[in-house]
Amino acid sequence: MPYFGSEEMVKELKRALSNPNVQADRLRYKNYITKVIRYMTQGLDVSALFMDMVKASATVDIAQKKLVYLYMCTYASDKPDLALLAINTLRKDCADPNPMVRGLALRNMCNFRMPGMTEYIEQPIVAGLRDKASYVRRVAVLGCAKMHSLQPNTDIDGTIVNELYALLRDPDPVVVVNCLRALEEILKDEGGVVINKPIAHHLLNRMKDLDSWAQSEVLTFLLRYRPRSDDELFDILSLLDSFLQSAHAHVAVATLRLFLQLASAHPAVQADALLCTSAPLLATCGAASRELRFAGLCHVQQVMRSQPGLFGTHYKRFFCGYSEPTYIKFRKMEILVELVNDENVALVLEELRSYCTDVSPELAQAAIAAIGRIAQTYSEKCLDILTGLLALKQDHITSAVIQMFRDLVWFCPQSTAAVCQTVEACVDSPQDSEQALLWLLGEHGDQISSAPYVMEGYIDGLKTELSSAVKMELLTASVKMFLCRPAETQDMLGRLLHYCIEEESDVCVRDRALLCYRLLQRGVEETRKVVTGPKSDPSMSVLTGRQEEPISQWASTFNTLGPLSGCDLCPQTAVISAADQPSSSAEKELLPESTDVTLSSPDDTEEEISLSLGPPLSHETFEKMWLDLEILQRQTMGFPRPRTALDTLQAALQLVKIQTLAFTPGATVPWKAYIYTRSTGTLILAELLQGDQHAPGIDESLVVSVKQQPVNQHAIRGFVSILKGVLQTLNVDSS
Amino acid sequence: MISQIFILSSKGDHLIYKDFRGEESKDSINVFYEMVTALSGDQPPVVMSHKGLHFIHARQGGLYWVASTKTNPSPFTIIEFLNRLAALTKDYCGSLSEKSVRMNFALIYELLDEMVDFGYIQTTSTDILKNFIQTEAVSSKPFSLFDLSNVGLFGAETQQSKVAPSVAASRPIMSSRGEQGGKNEIFVDVIERLSVVIGSKGVLMKADIHGEIKIKCFLPSCSEMRIGLNEELSIGKSQLKGYSSAVRVDECRFHQAVKLDEFDTFRILKVCPSQGEQTVMQYQLCDELPCAPPFQLFPSVEKDYVNRSVNLSMVLIFLKLRCDLPPKSTALNVSITVPVPKGSTSMSQELSSPDQTAELQPKNKALLWEIPRFPGGAQLSALFKVDVPGLSSASLLEVGPVSMSFELPKQTCTGLQIRFLRLSPTQTGLSQRWVRYVTHSDSYTIRI
Repeated sequence: MPYFGSEEMVKELKRALSNPNVQADRLRYKNYITKVIRYMTQGLDVSALFMDMVKASATVDIAQKKLVYLYMCTYASDKPDLALLAINTLRKDCADPNPMVRGLALRNMCNFRMPGMTEYIEQPIVAGLRDKASYVRRVAVLGCAKMHSLQPNTDIDGTIVNELYALLRDPDPVVVVNCLRALEEILKDEGGVVINKPIAHHLLNRMKDLDSWAQSEVLTFLLRYRPRSDDELFDILSLLDSFLQSAHAHVAVATLRLFLQLASAHPAVQADALLCTSAPLLATCGAASRELRFAGLCHVQQVMRSQPGLFGTHYKRFFCGYSEPTYIKFRKMEILVELVNDENVALVLEELRSYCTDVSPELAQAAIAAIGRIAQTYSEKCLDILTGLLALKQDHITSAVIQMFRDLVWFCPQSTAAVCQTVEACVDSPQDSEQALLWLLGEHGDQISSAPYVMEGYIDGLKTELSSAVKMELLTASVKMFLCRPAETQDMLGRLLHYCIEEESDVCVRDRALLCYRLLQRGVEETRKVVTGPKSDPSMSVLTGRQEEPISQWASTFNTLGPLSGCDLCPQTAVISAADQPSSSAEKELLPESTDVTLSSPDDTEEEISLSLGPPLSHETFEKMWLDLEILQRQTMGFPRPRTALDTLQAALQLVKIQTLAFTPGATVPWKAYIYTRSTGTLILAELLQGDQHAPGIDESLVVSVKQQPVNQHAIRGFVSILKGVLQTLNVDSS
Repeated sequence: MISQIFILSSKGDHLIYKDFRGEESKDSINVFYEMVTALSGDQPPVVMSHKGLHFIHARQGGLYWVASTKTNPSPFTIIEFLNRLAALTKDYCGSLSEKSVRMNFALIYELLDEMVDFGYIQTTSTDILKNFIQTEAVSSKPFSLFDLSNVGLFGAETQQSKVAPSVAASRPIMSSRGEQGGKNEIFVDVIERLSVVIGSKGVLMKADIHGEIKIKCFLPSCSEMRIGLNEELSIGKSQLKGYSSAVRVDECRFHQAVKLDEFDTFRILKVCPSQGEQTVMQYQLCDELPCAPPFQLFPSVEKDYVNRSVNLSMVLIFLKLRCDLPPKSTALNVSITVPVPKGSTSMSQELSSPDQTAELQPKNKALLWEIPRFPGGAQLSALFKVDVPGLSSASLLEVGPVSMSFELPKQTCTGLQIRFLRLSPTQTGLSQRWVRYVTHSDSYTIRI
């Protein structure tokens, strides 16, 4: 322990506690006991005092007893032999006429976490279950669960289980709920407590007597009950109707979850329930407690996945308060973006505009990104704002704006002209957005008159440029520029290629330069064919934009920690961890430019498989097939997505004959990409998904879900290993 | 179910630690503290996970109230429970601070022991808990009824126009017998939180009021109490009455113990308050403000060159602030935050009275103007000259929106009033009843 002189302290306390004079003075004695507990809380090891504390437990002062019990429960597992000494006192207390003393002793005796405890506690527990005082029964019921957790592998005691089921009819509401909890733990291996019709109806009838904590817990237990008929279902729902409006947010939300689950076959009922709960949910979004506010916002976001219109008229509730912490502001902005419509767009943009100059750069950038997303629908208004922000000449703002411009041009080709005109004005782009600017210059060099000169500035400063990603982007952009404005670019492109091939130490950049050089050797037309792709892809915004999801997609995680951490926490989604799959370094050699890539899979017994591109798949066909097919394999890659530019990723995948259909823009979280390929007569569709990286504790790694038609497990394995190889290679490069 | 509960000070000291299930070691406290201090602002810190253990925390009174769990429980339940734990601690210890928690740790352990068993919430009701709690609270500061410096902070006022100091209600509910007088007190507080956005032309863009009626009861046992609200109070948008004087709220929710049989006709709430603090009614009014917004700002922002040749430039910010409260009332602790352009170096100011202060906070890119008392109907003005080297005309865009925080004692923006407060006649012993009104600014933003 980090506390200096702790041994001295313990010795001194020991002396004091065993001093008969101190023991005689009750107040002083208690003071010393309090001191022991204080040191214990601070992390000091005071287990050496166990003997003295056991002695102190024999007292009539209940407050002192409580302190000593707290001490004993903490150290019982360290000192099992000494703890046995305390058991006599405790067992005597279990028979005390005062129910409070009985309950206290029983509770703490069950809290001793040491082997062999069962034989001492079994009899008092069984007696406690039949105690007159409800306080003791509450303790005894949970005692059964504690006893079970002490020896989890023993057979379940049928008599206790039966007794607990019988106690579900106890007059005391807390005993009832504790019975459910205890049964749930004891019968965990058999699927938990059984909620049959009589139990369910009994619980529903008792709902009014329970306090709010018990109510929300019972509502959660009721989730596993399936009503037999529609009549019964509607009876239950009408009984619970008033709880949707409960003053306690946790009850209202738990009721909503139950409604959504029970009425899964009745969308109209679900919609009504959502409408009913929208008021309490909105109230939590404005609650005094920030944490509650955050939970409310996260759940509003979930509801909006299916019912985007539900909160439309309340958009002003999601304006950020200036003293709110950033994590709340972020959520509010995300919600605001979803709520934009023709009527409120002006007000929402004005509000978001005022966040753009916030003192926190992250917040300012998020606000700009929010405006950028709205721009995909209302491009004109947003472009004005974004252009206005450039005038501030602040690096973090300019950088975010340019990145937004790039996305905007890609998604909405109609805004290209306006963007190009603006980009003309901002030549010195700050870091982070160089790639975006270079992409814009290369792609639309014909519309930006100063483009070659800007590019020249970068080429001249190449020696000081550190990021290889920027260099690669510069190479591609210069080649593109050469194709549309050869006269102005030729000279600098030559210098660039020369530098990158002769002096560059980064292999990737050098390879890219060589590739460009050899391409150009084949002639301009050949180069044009390879280098110029589509300039925009408006269809992607449709795919990445929100569609109304069915409620069942999120109902199972509603009112769990999932929405708060931005990711599914449910254990049932079977994710095969990457550790199960031997990863092979051989796949690093995957990138040679052979036309038909063949590779050996990590398992040597496997045959080789080859992928091919075949005829392109339209977005509609992909989407249809994706929805129709089942997921055949889902696998965690064990590493995050490559930090390279997305078109690098696309190009790399193309090299191994995997076609990228769509992906979300770089900064969005969760990040998704849809890819497909063909192999020996089968079509493989896959989704790459990376969850919120900022979500705590959730694996940052990519998850790939594979669908296939017709099914061919062998091909899937091959595909996954190829994909893994490519991504790993890219990862190595970018790091 | 909850695995552990712990309370940490802002510096990470362990104040309270209780392990309910023995699933996790005590190290998780340090894990939690490392995680929470490593967070930057953009990460959601309410829920954090480490190796399958989820930490859910709330911040109250400058302390971290943390629950850890290995299951996937309802976040609302845990957060509300932590808030309730903090509220109970406040009730029992008098106030909520690191000091009071340190001094009363035995009491808090006792509370936790009764509230949670094996990770399951048993009860949080004061009425039940008071039978079990044996330890007496240690007040962290001597209680003085005549602490006159605080008089009027909450504007407590009863029919007799007596004033209770703001600290009157911050003492332990179960103080030992024979303490100072005024033990049998009941405080009924009407607290409203105002969040307002005013557009650049003085147009009201957004106005929300969240209000609550709280009872803080020091009576050991209290019979039924009748709280009469404004008779003309109407609820919901549909019930708009013909005359304009009606007090209106959009929706309201009540504590489950409140009896509402006389509410529909006479607007009377009937409740048997239990000891301690409880919220009997919550209400909200959205997109509407029955009165004029309390403050109007008339700003003017200009660029001025001191010396054009060396590009020494400054921004002149002239603010005229008018308080639109009735003349008798006052706003307290008014502070105005004005964002200033990046790179502002220094500031000079002209304020209208010596008790006001203003300072430039370069770290927050803002200037802060503070006015301790602002009488209704008054108008104050201030001139700030902020030196910004290399100012461009676009930089003026960075000035604004102005945010304000303040406290309006004796004021409710909805106009909700408590007509009367009656304890049923069977009540023994003298009891004092206090009604206090206060409006806080949750967020008050004025665009320039």
